[in-house]
Amino acid sequence: MTLNRRNFLGVAAGTAAALSAPMVMGQGRPRVVVVGGGAGGATAARYLAKDSDGAIDVTLVEPTRSYYTCFFSNLYIGGFREIDSLAHSYGGLAASGVNVVHDWAVGIDRDARTVSLAGGGVLPYDRLILAPGIDFVDGSVPGWDVSAQNAMPHAYKGGSQTELLKAQIMAMPEGGLFAMVAPPNPYRCPPGPYERISMVAHLLKANNPTAKILLIDPKDKYSKQALFEEGWQNHYPGMIDRIGPDFGAANVEVNPVDMTVTIDGTVEKVDACNVIPAQKAGRICELAGITEGNWVPVSGHTMQSRLDENIHVLGDATNQGDMPKSGFSANSQAKVAAMAVRGALTGSRVFPAKFSNTCWSLIATDDGVKVGATYEATDEKIAKVDGFISQTGENPDLRRVTYEESIGWYAGITSDMFG
Amino acid sequence: MRAVAIAVFFWIALSASGGAEQEAREIGDARRGETIFRQCADCHQVGSDAKDRVGPHLNGIFGRKAAANDGFGYSDGIVRAANDGLVWDLRRLDAYLENPKALVSGTRMNFRGLAEPRDRADVLAYLRGFSDNPSDIPEAQPTARPREVELSPEILAIVGDAEYGEYLSSECTGCHQRDGGYDGIPSITQWSAEDFMIAMQAYKRKIRPHPVMQMMAGRLSDEEIAALAAYFGTIE
Repeated sequence: MTLNRRNFLGVAAGTAAALSAPMVMGQGRPRVVVVGGGAGGATAARYLAKDSDGAIDVTLVEPTRSYYTCFFSNLYIGGFREIDSLAHSYGGLAASGVNVVHDWAVGIDRDARTVSLAGGGVLPYDRLILAPGIDFVDGSVPGWDVSAQNAMPHAYKGGSQTELLKAQIMAMPEGGLFAMVAPPNPYRCPPGPYERISMVAHLLKANNPTAKILLIDPKDKYSKQALFEEGWQNHYPGMIDRIGPDFGAANVEVNPVDMTVTIDGTVEKVDACNVIPAQKAGRICELAGITEGNWVPVSGHTMQSRLDENIHVLGDATNQGDMPKSGFSANSQAKVAAMAVRGALTGSRVFPAKFSNTCWSLIATDDGVKVGATYEATDEKIAKVDGFISQTGENPDLRRVTYEESIGWYAGITSDMFG
Repeated sequence: MRAVAIAVFFWIALSASGGAEQEAREIGDARRGETIFRQCADCHQVGSDAKDRVGPHLNGIFGRKAAANDGFGYSDGIVRAANDGLVWDLRRLDAYLENPKALVSGTRMNFRGLAEPRDRADVLAYLRGFSDNPSDIPEAQPTARPREVELSPEILAIVGDAEYGEYLSSECTGCHQRDGGYDGIPSITQWSAEDFMIAMQAYKRKIRPHPVMQMMAGRLSDEEIAALAAYFGTIE
């Protein structure tokens, strides 16, 4: 298997290098444009610049000057992190040779191989890397659209939305009701909504202990379910009610003006409401015409779009197989893509794709759990190799160490992304 | 080699079949072990008057969580291994005696290790006499051990492909900081290639306890581990 895969990669990389070589010689350094400066895009840009030693011209297009990680944003809600500790600048990437352009990518011409920017600029590319993250599916939660996101925040992209949601929870009346409409599969960060429920419970337990939490979930089951249920029972008994699809959670409608949620016809008045809609690939992927359904199909060997071999797509936006949509996954995929792109453009060595993911979740103070797996590329998809998950009933020492490990991971991945 | 030693010196009491192959045996010759233990006794005491000296006393070591001896100042390495769940069962004690650094990076135990499986078994049989808990049943944990693959000199002799190692290292640096920073996940830079290989092989064989590392190392070939060791040896 391994030999076959190497052979396949060797041939693919060789062919690509041969095709791009004349153009490279004709126009100087090969150009890579990366759209999106999160866990996938920032990592890919940094690795390309760092590992090609200046042989590749790398441009990163990212609208925000300060990037707030979505991962660990729940810990801000719970009071375990300051919001500023989640912010990162792009200075490190610029210092490592990446041309950082703060603008929106608004169009892609795949024939001319150019990216057009909202500010009017046009960036030509030899290879394009798209890492735009998610956007929301219109109408997936009736009554909610992006114009309602201040009344009912999604808080599913890091930054101001996260701060807004926390402020609304803190402003709830004594004994008030917090509701979350959880998203259907597939979505960013599978344990994320449930870690958020834990962190909201932690916040309310300290500030508003008679408040209640209503989790409206269209899914039958969810990530780390046994661990969360055990943790909620231990730390927040009687506080959290989950309504699953068997009790109408798939038939939900919200009214952001009246602040109500209607579940299978029954109207609930809520004091704060977190609506996490169904998700799709960031819109630029649709504009590029490389989506099928809501996501971009990619080859696991190189993260290349199945529809355009000059475009690699990373992270949440992809339909790649078995990996969850997570910052860790995007970071892992970015390194495979960076290696493949570098191989294609400069003839550097190409190795078999290896991927991994670990997701830590915090349930309460010093009560951390994790789930993880390793993956490899097959011709069909990225396929799971091996995995593990924290167990129920683990001793408190191990849970504390797991939480401390997650802090170490945050420091590790953000330095891997931003330098 | 080891299999032969086991056949000659160990009485095989039970051989369970199925997924986790476990065998329980008499550990070894405790009287011979007492003699071998003299080289340990400068630092470690056992018996009714045993106290912590350079090393912790070893009464009740079987089944004891690592770094659990209150009042003894353990190294950071042992404390970290304990946090990862290291418990002194027979297999871990055997691995530790064979090469302390292979099981616990950063241990202060300055001991070259006992290469001969028989010597280790005899010392452990001796120490077993000072462990009352759990009761002295050879079939049960902590004396049961799964069959293991021996780390051969051939594996340690593999010359790693540092360029491949650099690519593979990008999986490590999603968590471990390349500049050696430490915020809850250990630094893995500035290790000797041999220490690195031994540590990764110990995770691969599930001798070291951490589940993420067992998973990450578990799918790396011997050549890939050597490649990583070669690469990490090249960075400052």
